[in-house]
Amino acid sequence: MKKLLMATSAVAMMSTAAFAEDVKIGVILGFTGPLESITPAMGAGAELAMKEVSESGMLLGGSTVTSIRADSTCIDAGAATTAAERLVTADKVNAIMGADCSGVTGAILANVAVPNGVVMISPSATSPGLSTAEDNGLFFRTAPSDARQGVIMTEILADKGVKSVALTYTNNDYGKGLADAFQAAFEADGGAVTITAAHEDGKADYSAEVGALASAGGEVLVVAGYVDQGGSGIVRSALDTGAFETFYFPDGMVGQKLNENFGGEINGSYGAYPGTDNAGSGMFVELATAAGFDGTGAFAPESYDAAALIMLAMEAAKSSNSADFMGKVMDVANAPGEQIFPGELAKGLEILAAGGDIDYVGASAVELIGPGESAGNYQEILFADDVYSTIGYR
Amino acid sequence: MDILNALVALANYVIVPGLAYGAQLALGALGVTLIYGILRFSNFAHGDTMAFGTAMTIILTNGLLALGITFGPLPTALLALPFAIMLTCVLVLVTDRVVYRFYRAQKADPVILVIVSMGVMFIMNGIVRFTIGVRDIQFADGERFIMSVPTFKKLTGLQEGLAIKTTQGITVVVAMIAVALLFWFLNKTRTGKSMRAFSDNEDLALLSGINPEKVVMVTWMIVAALATTAGVLYGLDKSFKAFTYFQLLLPIFASAVVGGLGNPLGAIGGGFVIAFSEVTITYAFKKVIGYMAPGGWEPDSLVQLLSTDYKFAVSFAILIIVLLFKPTGLFKGQSV
Repeated sequence: MKKLLMATSAVAMMSTAAFAEDVKIGVILGFTGPLESITPAMGAGAELAMKEVSESGMLLGGSTVTSIRADSTCIDAGAATTAAERLVTADKVNAIMGADCSGVTGAILANVAVPNGVVMISPSATSPGLSTAEDNGLFFRTAPSDARQGVIMTEILADKGVKSVALTYTNNDYGKGLADAFQAAFEADGGAVTITAAHEDGKADYSAEVGALASAGGEVLVVAGYVDQGGSGIVRSALDTGAFETFYFPDGMVGQKLNENFGGEINGSYGAYPGTDNAGSGMFVELATAAGFDGTGAFAPESYDAAALIMLAMEAAKSSNSADFMGKVMDVANAPGEQIFPGELAKGLEILAAGGDIDYVGASAVELIGPGESAGNYQEILFADDVYSTIGYR
Repeated sequence: MDILNALVALANYVIVPGLAYGAQLALGALGVTLIYGILRFSNFAHGDTMAFGTAMTIILTNGLLALGITFGPLPTALLALPFAIMLTCVLVLVTDRVVYRFYRAQKADPVILVIVSMGVMFIMNGIVRFTIGVRDIQFADGERFIMSVPTFKKLTGLQEGLAIKTTQGITVVVAMIAVALLFWFLNKTRTGKSMRAFSDNEDLALLSGINPEKVVMVTWMIVAALATTAGVLYGLDKSFKAFTYFQLLLPIFASAVVGGLGNPLGAIGGGFVIAFSEVTITYAFKKVIGYMAPGGWEPDSLVQLLSTDYKFAVSFAILIIVLLFKPTGLFKGQSV
């Protein structure tokens, strides 16, 4: 009798496992630290996609998806590794959506994701170094590499006829990677970088950096930093001392804060950030507003897409096991197949369940190339009449 | 040879920003040094006390602006400052009552108090983030410049411009007033004298009938006033962000230690030493020398002693050198 009971319960458990399970996705972002102001919207973006899939009941025959948050701190590789380790060993997540900053992403990939064989999709790590990182096919990103952005920056500056620039970057993997990529592209194009000066984020005073930049001179100051961090401090100080009047803003600097902080003072400055004119971004903003967060926040659309890709790949592989679905991420992200936009995840799952093909477009026009990173569509912006507006796409 | 342009360039990029930053550090270091001198521990929660005071100022300023009250060409935040100081006083006095008094009664080692203050730091950190959020906030209003670059160029016809921001002017003036008041209080009033007596020799002070609880209370109130003022001046000049205020702790402690812990005069000196060392040693003198040198002798290189990456290394190198050769600091405070 006892054996029979055990056998029945075991069979019952196995059968439920085969039909529906609780899929866990780790969301590891810098909820504290230098990016704490943009990560809430990023986390909410990823969880919006999970909620959509759970409610549709279409994933792997009715599985639900649970998000488990962890703090990457953005800067502390040790703390980020520990947090990711906990996600994988204690919470047993099926995949990781994250991390955010390039440095901690590299650390988690090398120390946790690769040894444990867990798929990891980062929404915002843009360091060119991650393209060549040893990842056993487990790592993807819905953000483009900064090597691509360096070329875009050079093209925009060349179009404006700028021949010499001063360059400052935030002293981390993102800033350094972008600065190196830009300097290489700009100098290959015949431009001159008069000085490359690093600045630390969250520091008290930037007069020293601006002093050095002003001495070196240049037609434009390129600020490869963060808008709610040292980047704004540098621009503020450069404007106040009259060191520079025109600025170039890469992706980390473009945000609503720029209008609030400087407005008309930087009319005539320009920049570019990842983005497309596809219909998906508008749909995502509507979904986000309905869910009660800001869908225009930096990397919030990419976060939604990263989480969506994980779940779609699971469905395509008919398994929530990383080793099974890692090969499907590129398939669901790229053509051929039916285009899937934000809010249509149920439709995508349905097509995949029926054995069809999809081309996930999502909120940020996902198109994965090379080692599994976004191809990179940028929108060019220009400051005029106290606010920035998009003037074109590259 | 163009000495005037060289001087203006130097003033614009080194002297004016250095003075304002130094004054902000000095006010912060004064608070740290008072706590060290009288309560005998390094208060790690000081940066977050500054953040709390500034957060209160911002909330009150928004209230005042909503009522349509402004301070003319000066920032409205200055009107809100006294009220914010009172709120900060309440916070630190409650903290002292709930946390520090227990350890004082136990006669806990300074090192234990340091760890306790770190705990307080994390809690205040949380309070600030809950009340005002983690975003970067600018709350300076009124006239931005006393002297702006275009006006200066028009007035003098020089090639180089000089900018003096209103906030920089206010910082230096308010810092001078605060320091003068503090020294008057410490040297001329009965309470101030009893504080100094308590700092010099606690047992002797107790024997002569000084009420320790009163000394502690007044110290905390002065520290709250200094911290709030320093935080608001810094926030007006740059911007408010909880994370940055937490990071400010480092240069403030460096200033207090270089000047000599427990010595108010040293805190002021230390503030300026740290501020100017950060700005001057990493400054690229290309422009200045370019103006001074005879025609055709302008340098091609940046003439920069150290890259700006090393500006923090500079303050810490100074800190280590001072501690090695003069452990009590430049102005003879207590050794650490």
